[in-house]
Formats: sequence, C-alpha cells, structure tokens
Amino acid sequence: MEQTIKVDLSKIDNIIDRYHGNKEALLMIMQDISDIYSHVPPTVIPILVDRLGVKISMVYSVATFYKTISLEPRGKYIVSVCTGTACHVRGAEKIADALQQKLGIQEGQTTSDRLFTLKAVRCIGCCASGPVITVNKETYGGLDRTAAEKVIENYKQMPLNGTA
Amino acid sequence: MAILSNRESLEKFQDKLKSAQSHGKKKLVSLCAGSGCGAYGTAKVHHALMEELTRQNLTEDVEVKLTGCHGFCEKGPIMVIHPQGIFYPQVKPEHMSEIVEKTIKNNELVQSLIFKDPVSKAKITLEHDIPFYKLQQRIIFGNNGLIDPTSIDDYITVDGYSAMAKTLFDMTPEKIIAEIKKSGLRGRGGGGFPTGIKWDTCRKHHGIRYVICNADEGDPGAYMDRSLLEGNPHSVIEGMIIGAIAIGSHDGYVYVRHEYPLAVTNLTIALDKCREYGLLGKNILGSGFDFDINISRGGGAFVCGESTALMASLEGSPGRPRAKYVHTVEKGFKDGPSNLNNVETWANVPVIINNGADWYAAIGTKHSKGTKIFSLVGKVVNTGLVEVPMGTSLRTIIFDIGGGIPKKKKFKAVQTGGPSGGCIPERFLDLGVDFDELSKVGSIMGSGGMIVMDQDTCMVDVARYFLDFLKEESCGQCNPCREGIKQMLEILTSICQGNGKEGDIEMLEELGVMIQRFSLCGLGTSAPNPVLTTILYFRDEYEAHIRDKKCPAGVCKPLFHYEIDPETCTGCRSCAKKCPQEAIAGDKKKPHSLDQSKCIKCGICYDTCKFDAIVIR
Repeated sequence: MEQTIKVDLSKIDNIIDRYHGNKEALLMIMQDISDIYSHVPPTVIPILVDRLGVKISMVYSVATFYKTISLEPRGKYIVSVCTGTACHVRGAEKIADALQQKLGIQEGQTTSDRLFTLKAVRCIGCCASGPVITVNKETYGGLDRTAAEKVIENYKQMPLNGTA
Repeated sequence: MAILSNRESLEKFQDKLKSAQSHGKKKLVSLCAGSGCGAYGTAKVHHALMEELTRQNLTEDVEVKLTGCHGFCEKGPIMVIHPQGIFYPQVKPEHMSEIVEKTIKNNELVQSLIFKDPVSKAKITLEHDIPFYKLQQRIIFGNNGLIDPTSIDDYITVDGYSAMAKTLFDMTPEKIIAEIKKSGLRGRGGGGFPTGIKWDTCRKHHGIRYVICNADEGDPGAYMDRSLLEGNPHSVIEGMIIGAIAIGSHDGYVYVRHEYPLAVTNLTIALDKCREYGLLGKNILGSGFDFDINISRGGGAFVCGESTALMASLEGSPGRPRAKYVHTVEKGFKDGPSNLNNVETWANVPVIINNGADWYAAIGTKHSKGTKIFSLVGKVVNTGLVEVPMGTSLRTIIFDIGGGIPKKKKFKAVQTGGPSGGCIPERFLDLGVDFDELSKVGSIMGSGGMIVMDQDTCMVDVARYFLDFLKEESCGQCNPCREGIKQMLEILTSICQGNGKEGDIEMLEELGVMIQRFSLCGLGTSAPNPVLTTILYFRDEYEAHIRDKKCPAGVCKPLFHYEIDPETCTGCRSCAKKCPQEAIAGDKKKPHSLDQSKCIKCGICYDTCKFDAIVIR
C-alpha cells in the first residue's frame, strides 16, 4: 500500500476556496478531496490546518469519526455492499460472501492492483431494491450472487480511465 | 427569466405556467428517476426512449419527464403515460420502440407490459387503479410523479410557493404558529414532538435563530426522506421558508447524508433556482424578509440524526451529542436558538397552510394527525414507499397495499422505527399505526421504516444485527451505551453461535434496562428496544437457540443443517446443478441426498427448490 500519491495543491486550494475557507466545512472539504484521491492524503493535512485555522487534532478527530473519510488510499472502484435491515433480511450477507470470493479480499480491504475496495455500509436508501450494492456512485439493485459477480466483471473489463 | 419581485408577479407567472400546461404537448411520459428505479436502469431506458422519439419525429408532441420516486420501487423502472395514466412497470430499453409505436402514437396498449397484480393476477392498465396506490392517500408524496425535481416551474405549476406567499403577506408569525399547532402536526423524524410548540418555543428565545432540516436519514430500511428530497426538493424548501418566517430566522441549513448524492444534486439545483427567482435571499418577493439555506453534507454517522450531535457536526466538529439540560430551541447551533425538523415534517407545512389546519386535522387519529410515509420493505410482495393516513392498520399496509408475503411464506413480524424501534408480532396486525399505538406495544414510529419479516427471519439474529449496528454507531462518550451495547452484543453473538446458556436472556433484560435508563442520548436510551421486544414476543426462539441449540428459521449457521426430504424431492436436479460444493448427489427423477461434510450452508439449494424438499433441521 505504501505509495506516495502526488497531490495537486492547486486543486486542494480550489476546494477550500469553494467553501470560502470556512472551518465549519472541514468535513465536506475532506469529502471533496476524497472524491479526487480516494482518501485524504497526509500531505494535505497541514494545508487544512493552515488555511482553515483548525487544530491538527480536530482534523484527525473529524477524519476518524466519520465513515465517509479514509486516511488510507482506497481502490479506483469502491464497492459498497449495503447491509441495511431490508438488504440484511433479503440476503446481503450472501452478496458480501460472493464479492469477497470474487475479489479475493475481505471486507475493508483493497485489491493488490488498487482497482477495488470492498466496504460494508449501512443503508444506502434503496431499500425496496435490496440486496443492493454501489460501485462509486452507481447503484445496482435486486442482486443475487451471480448478478453481483457480473457487476464486478463489467468493471474489470472497463478501460482503466473509463468512467463508471 | 425575470425575478419574481412581488406576490403579484408570482401569481401571474403561476397562471402563465398553468395555461401553457393546458395548451401543451399532447402526451406526457413520466419516467421515474428516483434512486430505486435508477438502480434498475432508468438512465438506459430514458436514452432509448429519446432516441426512438427522435427517430419517429415525435419530440415536438411528446414531453418526457424524469420525475422523482413514484413509490412502487419493487417494479422499477416505472413509466406512466399521460393523459390516460397508463402504467408500465419494469420497462427496458428494448421495449421503447413498441411503446412509442403503439401507446404513444396510436393509443393502444402493449399487452405484454401491462401491470399484473401479484395477488389477484388481474391485469391493471391505469396507475390509480393499482391496489398499491389505490389505498394510499398521497398528500405529501403525490406530486413526486408529476414534477421534474430539477424544474422550479413544475413545482410552481402545482401551486408551489403560494403557501409561502400567503404566510409572507396574509399571516403574522403568531398566526402561522397557531395554524401549525391547530393542525396537530407532530415531528416525523421519530420523536413525534408537536411541531407548533417547538416553533413557538424557539421564537420566544433571543439571539440569532436558525432553522435546520434533518435529512440525515440513517435508519437502515428507511428512505422516504431521500425520496422526498430527490423528488420534490421545493416542498421541503417552501416548508423551511414558512418555518423561518414564523420563527424569525434568516439562516437555514439542510444536513443531508453524503450517501445520498442525487438528493444533494437536486437540492442544490433547487436552491440555486430559488435564489434566481427571488424566493430565497434578500427581500423575498419584495416582502422585506431575508432568508437563505445552506447545505451541509453529513459523513455517515448514525448518531448525527440526534439533534445536538447534528448541530455539533454542522459546526464542523465530530457529531457527538450532549446532555439536553438546555434544549436546542434555546441554545443549539452556534449557541443560537435552533429549530430542527425532519424532511417529511417540513414537506407537510405548505400542505397545511394551503389547505388549512382543520382540513389537515381531519386526517388521522386523535393524537396523530395527517398522513405518514412508510418505507415498506423486506419480505413483502410490493416493496416501496407508502403514504397512508395515521391510524391505518398494519394489516392494510402489509397485506392490502403490500400484497402480503412473497412465495406463500408465513408472516412473522414487522420491525418499525429502525434500530431504536421494535419487532411487532402477528397478533398486533390490526393495530392502527400512530405514535401512541406503536409505543404501547414497545416499538416506536421512528422515521417510518417498516421492515417485514417472514418465517425465514431469525429474531435472535435480527436483534444481534441491530446491536451490531448500534455498537458501531455509538459515539463512545457515555459508558452505558458504549460498554452496555458491547456486552449485550457479545451475549447475543454467543447465543447465535450455539454457546448460549441459561440466564443469558435475563442478563440481556437487565443490561437493556440499565442502558435505557442511564445513557446520554436517544441512541443509547432506545438501543435495547429491538432486543427487549424480540425477547418479549419471541422468547421461544431465544430458548430454542439456548436450550435446544437450534435456529428454527435456519439463519444462524452453527445451529441448523439442511436435509432433503425424500418424500417431497422430485429428483429435478436443480439444486444439485447449483450447489457450489457439489454436495448434492442423486439420479434424475429419484430423491437426492446431501453430503453434510461438504455442505457450507450457503442456502442456494433452499432458495432454488420449487418443491420445498430442502428442509431446515
């Protein structure tokens, strides 16, 4: 996993400017940074401290409290298996099992080619279509094992710079 | 577009839109683009439809609207063709040429696509004749299927912002509050606190006042707030503006989950449009009243649905609740008096102002007025969002609207109120659902999640599931919640693994009462509810796990095994073909056998068998 990620500092500045350097927007700023780099790279933390005027402890406190923020790099495709109640009673666990097998990783891990991260998430609000997974911002519903595996297969075949 | 600078210009604009609509295109195709239908592929269907209309030169005559959630998510993607209201469920791109050719051009039905009621097996052509919709009263949710959420004009056409104009020009803040009090509206987020009283208390406190919308819908199994924000964001905005006028606030916030990207997008568009039209910002409609709304995206923490935690999160801190010796209506966000209401509550406000408190109060029961949107999900035939008057029985919701339990299985329980709620057994099915009746049987209304469970759901596993959820979501500040939930979860996990012992049930009850009494916030005080109600109503299942080491529902893997019943097995080979372990053997048309040493209890054979020959032992 150790790999230095090149951070374009002007992009970080743009994100902070979008929120007028408002420290109340710390969480949203980190979410926007994660949208670009899949996580909050350690190199941007001093910038957040400086520009928002918050303590470094606050940055770590917020980053570790909220589930949408990761301090570790994640895969290009973040596969989230919904484990909300409706999906749970309709067999979300079976989908999670199938995806773990298909990707050869456990929940919370990233594949060695850094293509996929597998996450279990609480309710994504598509309860009528359960069991549901999302890959980045795309949602796939009404799945069984085979259909879930097929979704992953489609992403594997996609050109690396292709969009979801 | 000219800015609407006064009430008259809004009314003139409204008239213009309405007359344009009546002289508009001949056909309107409403295609659901809510998150549920989206997951089944609305985007591809839309693309195919537009291509087909272009190919047939029909774009001038047919208007296509991508609307918010229609509610019947089970059957997505949903298409409704107006003016007739022809309903086509589960449409696919390859159906488009036939739909355009037959229905749109020649007013003929595509027989193969007509909705077939799963209960009566009858074919039903029109949307409003379908039992799922027929028994609902959609005063809040009804416009979702008619308007494009990204078009403010669509909302204005259905009398949008006229309630706001009425409150700005015809009513004093006191009168608005009196009207809301009289309507009997209670908070839809879970607590059921009377909205009018909350507004009144907030108004009486001095300082910079804030109006906040709680769209941090964290209850697993509930998604009505998401669908309202995605499908009709202006109704929520209008409600908030009216609230701000009543309370005397100039700053509003919507705290919405980051996991709801479409809701964030549609809300952002709606707010920008409001500013452009002069419905938000300085001097709204020339009244002299200033108000604007900001969006704050939550970070995936269930506890942030709690008011004090939400406000901490709005301030940019981790969302940890505080003790409420001083209520947030007195000192909340940035220490100002802050009025927090849920999405659905806000959406009720314009409806009350437009139709009057008396009209509203005539709907529902004695102490719970109006309608409630429920997210009817789980083991039920027609899953989706259902809006019914308060007091409608569970049986009507689950069996008449929901169509009952799929695959002829038996109803076991319905879980209401999310992780803070409880599981209600069959004998209470005739209970009229309102705030008070649900709490009498140990559950709560919550935000409106209604998860149906059948004979294949293990109630001990459900209790374990919720505690596992709450253990993760506990913010960790107070001991009873942090440690208590963890201990209860350990006991439940050991029961599910077959290591339960005598005294476990009593220990769970004792711990549960302790957590309820001594936790800091609502998350902790309600956390034991799923365990306590399942013990109350399904004690036999707990005892079967502990004493007989059996999981009667066949969920807890160490406590059951599958067997093939030789009497019922027809030897069709379906299960044998699908078994990933090759554990099933047997000749065609002869009873099969299952090798227990190879079986991993994945349940594929159980789900596959059409003859119920795979049994749980």
